[in-house]
Amino acid sequence: MNQVDYHPMWADLGLNLDTHDQLLAVLGKVYQDFFLSQPNRPKGMDYFNFVMSEVHGLRIKELIDARAAGRKVIGSFCLYVPEELILAVDGISVGLCAGAEFGTAKAEMFLPRTTCALIKSFFGFILEKVCPYIAASDMIVGENTCDGKKKSYEQFRKLVPNFFGMDLPQTKSDEGRNLLRSEYVRFARALESLSGRTITVDSLSQAIETVNAKRQAIHRLARLRSADPAPISGLDALLINQIYFYDDPIRFTQSVNALCDELEQRIAAGNGVFPKGHPRILVSGCPMAIPNWKLPWIVEQNGAVIVGEESCVGERGTRNLTSAHGDSIETLFDNLVDRYSRIDCAIFTPNSERIDHVDSMSSAYRADGVIHYALQFCTPYQMEAFQVEKTLEEQKLPVLRIDTDYSMEDVEPLRTRVEAFIERIRS
Amino acid sequence: MRAAGIDIGSRTVKFVVMENRDIVHEAIAYNSHDPISVARSLLSEHAFDRLTATGYGRHLISRTLGCDVATEIRAAAIGTAVMVPTGRTVIDIGGQDIKVISTGENGAVRRFEMNDKCAAGTGRFLEIMAAALSLSMPEFIQMAQTAAQPVRITSMCAVFAESEVVSQLARGCPRDELALGIHQAIAHRIAGMAQRIPLTETIVVCGGVARNTTLIRELTRVLGLPIVTPERAQLIPAIGAALLAGSF
Repeated sequence: MNQVDYHPMWADLGLNLDTHDQLLAVLGKVYQDFFLSQPNRPKGMDYFNFVMSEVHGLRIKELIDARAAGRKVIGSFCLYVPEELILAVDGISVGLCAGAEFGTAKAEMFLPRTTCALIKSFFGFILEKVCPYIAASDMIVGENTCDGKKKSYEQFRKLVPNFFGMDLPQTKSDEGRNLLRSEYVRFARALESLSGRTITVDSLSQAIETVNAKRQAIHRLARLRSADPAPISGLDALLINQIYFYDDPIRFTQSVNALCDELEQRIAAGNGVFPKGHPRILVSGCPMAIPNWKLPWIVEQNGAVIVGEESCVGERGTRNLTSAHGDSIETLFDNLVDRYSRIDCAIFTPNSERIDHVDSMSSAYRADGVIHYALQFCTPYQMEAFQVEKTLEEQKLPVLRIDTDYSMEDVEPLRTRVEAFIERIRS
Repeated sequence: MRAAGIDIGSRTVKFVVMENRDIVHEAIAYNSHDPISVARSLLSEHAFDRLTATGYGRHLISRTLGCDVATEIRAAAIGTAVMVPTGRTVIDIGGQDIKVISTGENGAVRRFEMNDKCAAGTGRFLEIMAAALSLSMPEFIQMAQTAAQPVRITSMCAVFAESEVVSQLARGCPRDELALGIHQAIAHRIAGMAQRIPLTETIVVCGGVARNTTLIRELTRVLGLPIVTPERAQLIPAIGAALLAGSF
């Protein structure tokens, strides 16, 4: 499928070509086994297959071309970095993935073994020189979410050019909002100075509308997944939520809407990817970055369909819109702070809104059970898992708690648990 | 109808044939690198109408023989419901994992817990510890049973616990006290898992480790509740699988 030889481009970016080829070979195989082999996929997934096949190719070329035309590329790791501000200086926002077990041995030269797989992964990618997104970025934003990320950035910032550290509050209080606002102002100044552009009411309003349109397309997709039979697999829906972070926002929005048109026809015709009455699972917990597809793959291989993700790569990240109303920069910044302070990340305390959201998603998407997914050593989500489980089980909604990482060595025990959970739901 | 259940565990393979809920044949064999051959030789010369496979090798057997599958969690719950009808909590301690299952009427699974990717407290862990003390399994269990006091073992990782035991031996700790300490550490670990789900009586322990009388004694003490270990405890999931095969 890949006609163009991107090796010269990757070499220019300073990637290690041998290691990078190995990574792409593994990715291609996994994509074939997990995605392309799924039965009865919507036609609209062709676009996303294409994006994935070109994720280190054409998309990187687009970034390089954009830079040559004077635009700036901003790489980040977290939902709290407002894409609106990046677009307001005509920048390009890319989410850095960190979903593969790669370069772990090198990562452990900087990090204790008891660090979560996500942090190890982004260290592994930079140390093995296999991430073209980091290499094509003009600025990398690291945010103080959990202790693991916060402390690891102290080392990571030395490995990348132009690192911007962003502080984050830990409570959804007025003081927390003030901190978030001042950090967003500081980030906006840094973007202005990097790009030589000024954020205006017009440019920021326009950016807000672009990002809102993207979120609204995802909301539409999410609503369609409430149908029984489910018109799209959880794996495909997760993939779209992952591509959300990479793709050109306008093209992405159009493609998701086109897919949704097709899904509406499928629903009207009663056409699904699994039979009607198939057990329905909501996944809640840690983000699943590309190519972390292990758990959804196990779930959908073993008799259930995933109908929603309460996750950073999912509805936690996309649910709220930013108000575009306001005729001053100050008001628009307030709107941003309003929107972003409502993300229910487990680094916040208290964070009971997250459990409420899991609950409302379960009803909206008619889930029969919730799988709480946590990465090992991710203390915030591992801790919240107990509250999520207790609250939902009291409401007679079955919950399965899973702690895992990116390795495939626990697939069989996980399969046993997931299967037993589905047996429990069915009985 | 003759219904059969096969439980492909990490250490052993268990096979049961039932007719009208009576066991007409049972067999246990050590597993090998080739679980299909082990299964085939257990199945050979035993007639049955339907087979259900359980245990970690269930899908392998199902693909090869075309039979139904059930997880060992469901199979252990169903098997217990028949062998111990009052059972409401099943603790299945196998070679490489531990499951704690809360059950309702007729063996319906209400909740379950399973250990993460770690062998702590499993049959395999006990084997490694016995070997570190140069004891056979019966000696290891017996010595622990009569020890006057335990030496506290803190590590639950099989690798770390082994080196902890080796260094305690080097300090001159008696083997029987170490053996008891190991059993107590495992009992605490299992109890910690069990207490995450509603612990309702009757509590039933099954799986190969149910035969370890010292561990059952210590687990009873830690939980503060009586434990039932049914006859054929090691066969319970295979019996459950056979019952499922018969119910189709």
